[in-house]
Amino acid sequence: MSNSNFTRRGLLKTSAMAGGALAAPTLFDGSVWADGHSGYLNAPTGSTVTLGFNVPQSGPYADEGADELRAYELAVEHLNGGGDGGMMNTFSSKALQGNGILGKKVEFVTGDTQTKSDAARASAKSMIEKDGAIMITGGSSSGVAVAVQGLCQEAGVIFMAGLTHSNDTTGKDKKANGFRHFFNGYMSAAALAPVLEARYGSDRTAYHLTADYTWGWTQQESIQAATEAMGWKTANNVLTPLATTDFSSYVAPVLNSGADVLVLNHYGGNMVNSLTSAVQFGLREKQVNGKDFEIVVPLYSRLMAKGAGENVKGIFGSTNWHWSLTDEGSKAFVKSFGEKYGFPPSQAAHTCYVQTMLYADAAERAGTFNPCGIVEALEGFKFDGLGNGETEYRAEDHQCFKDVLVVKGKDNPTSEFDLLEIVEITPRAQVEYAVDHAMFAGGELGKCNPGA
Amino acid sequence: MDVIILQLLNGLDKGSAYALIALGLTLIFGTLGVVNFAHGALFMLGAFCAVTLQRILSLSFETIDPTKTDFLGNPAKVKTPYLESWFGPEMGSSIIDWSVPLAILFAIPIMIGVGYIMERGLIKHFYKRPHADQILVTFGLAIVIQEVIKQFYGANPIPTPAPDMFKGSFDFGVLLGFDPNAVIYPYWRLVYFSFAAVIIAAVFAFLQFTTFGMVVRAGMADRETVGLLGINIDKRFTIMFGIAAAVAGIAGVMYAPINSPNYHMGMDFLVLSFVVVVVGGMGSLPGAVLAGFLLGILESFSSMNQIKQILPGIDQIIIYLVAIIILLVRPRGLMGRKGVMED
Repeated sequence: MSNSNFTRRGLLKTSAMAGGALAAPTLFDGSVWADGHSGYLNAPTGSTVTLGFNVPQSGPYADEGADELRAYELAVEHLNGGGDGGMMNTFSSKALQGNGILGKKVEFVTGDTQTKSDAARASAKSMIEKDGAIMITGGSSSGVAVAVQGLCQEAGVIFMAGLTHSNDTTGKDKKANGFRHFFNGYMSAAALAPVLEARYGSDRTAYHLTADYTWGWTQQESIQAATEAMGWKTANNVLTPLATTDFSSYVAPVLNSGADVLVLNHYGGNMVNSLTSAVQFGLREKQVNGKDFEIVVPLYSRLMAKGAGENVKGIFGSTNWHWSLTDEGSKAFVKSFGEKYGFPPSQAAHTCYVQTMLYADAAERAGTFNPCGIVEALEGFKFDGLGNGETEYRAEDHQCFKDVLVVKGKDNPTSEFDLLEIVEITPRAQVEYAVDHAMFAGGELGKCNPGA
Repeated sequence: MDVIILQLLNGLDKGSAYALIALGLTLIFGTLGVVNFAHGALFMLGAFCAVTLQRILSLSFETIDPTKTDFLGNPAKVKTPYLESWFGPEMGSSIIDWSVPLAILFAIPIMIGVGYIMERGLIKHFYKRPHADQILVTFGLAIVIQEVIKQFYGANPIPTPAPDMFKGSFDFGVLLGFDPNAVIYPYWRLVYFSFAAVIIAAVFAFLQFTTFGMVVRAGMADRETVGLLGINIDKRFTIMFGIAAAVAGIAGVMYAPINSPNYHMGMDFLVLSFVVVVVGGMGSLPGAVLAGFLLGILESFSSMNQIKQILPGIDQIIIYLVAIIILLVRPRGLMGRKGVMED
């Protein structure tokens, strides 16, 4: 472990704890966490425990970050026994009692990732060192998630990822201290491809526009492989700079390429702008190769769909969760969130709430906040009642495996939130992959780091 | 060939946005000698004038519809715009549909007012300060404006569609003898290009053929002499600041349907527009327009797959590359005058 870029105070604290750990060599041996509150970084000593919520509070994803923060605040309220308890009531694990975590009242600090890797690392570092955060969670970008996950591994705290969809987060960049509940590019592609084949046939040619960074690359690779496996051809894949705002130059050549499907591997503002350009160019009214031209957006978000307005109507994509789900967990969460804030939660809010609950539950079951205890409790953990049906945190890569939603832009929305309709709930078995799958190869999970 | 025509159209379209912003920047620099880094924020404010008018026209009253439920299972509230209630559903929705063109009328007085307040309230205090100070204060102002907008409108893009009659695209290919769909271009982007051409022509005509414009041009050439003739040139320059703000604002209004407005859109254009001004020649209005279109076209061509296959990543650096070459060959820019920023 390297703490070279941490402050002197942090280093001293860590060294003292390392000494403590050496004096008690049996502490990390086995699954019994006899002394739950020492021997690891930021071990809570008083009656409270501090969680660090690292979300975009400024920058282009600030609205998504605000929704994440709302969910975290709701989770903290429920953990401390406030409100109606939300999904704690439907969670299959009954370890949480509404009295905080391990009897300690939950407090939180927040950081602003700005959706920039360096800013996100700086805010996470500050929360760990200055505020004593025992766990870091949040974020709306894979670049940020990979960066903060690496920092948490070095520092010795748990990272519960927020919205991150790149295969790399639990692929080549996976870390023992990091856990992702959100789905990934491979899962989106595996869920979408059969639906696309059923609707548009197997004789199609796709043209990809892809955001030029880790998420875009892995999303494109995944959807290309999945669609080619069912017979589609790929006309081209054009990488677009992340800072692009006007996509007309990239959209204009699509119709002459021989492609009859445009796949927009874009998220956030990129997705809003590229989709708007594609619709402006009238692609959806055109016929190519004797077929109606179609557009696909592999990763949807309700907040982004709102930005694109009526351009999303009829366009297929995938999502991790949607407020219109009718399982008991989703209904409980929508009710808690909706009554507190006046509108339904986004998928980002859902995954952040769930991650907080999963962390708290793991600590309760392990009987410690020690990151290695948390890791042991979460690895292979099977649960239900949190909105996605039966789910498992796979031990080998710390990726959650669960059903995936295929959605479509709604033709006749009844409210400003009613933008997506669920077309299919793809079962987990269809989106599962081997740990050593080529798209996730490289990198080692390594060993948990308790920071001491 | 069809691909080249398509990218040429794209370039003209991008270029018209660059030219409009650069024109306003040059007007301000040429008259007041101020390097205005808040000009992109004025463009963004214009786009938000369109958003605001759309919201005003869509103001609604709520009624309970017992047959429907909201996301919490309570009886749903149905919103009906006042305009539809007053003028009937068809007329009311038509007025809302035309909110972007109507926003031009809404934006002009607002933007002139914003420009006037900016100049009198802040920028005039920096006339005699170094350009670096002017850049810092106007850049700070731009950040303040964008944060205020984010506070009120959020960070997400807000869809602001063009009127229904301008949806879809025009098939140039058929006109030029190509296959159908070979060269198609969205109607609204054609409207934007034509609109930009009219605004640019109007600004030039105003400066060229009116007494006010003549005095302003004289003031740009020799401020002191014009002042000695008893003309209050400062007042005219303040008005020019307001006009420049209005040009940026209505450029933003018309741009709103092309890309959904967000609080950051001004910054996206600002740096590029400064490059346009420098390439065109500091203080040269025709230079700003020429460079705007030139760089817009070059940027479009560099995005072509055929070019990117030979020079990967060229689309990200082309503008700066061309700027370096032009400034090496013509240090004053394409149409720069001797003596501007050279003292």
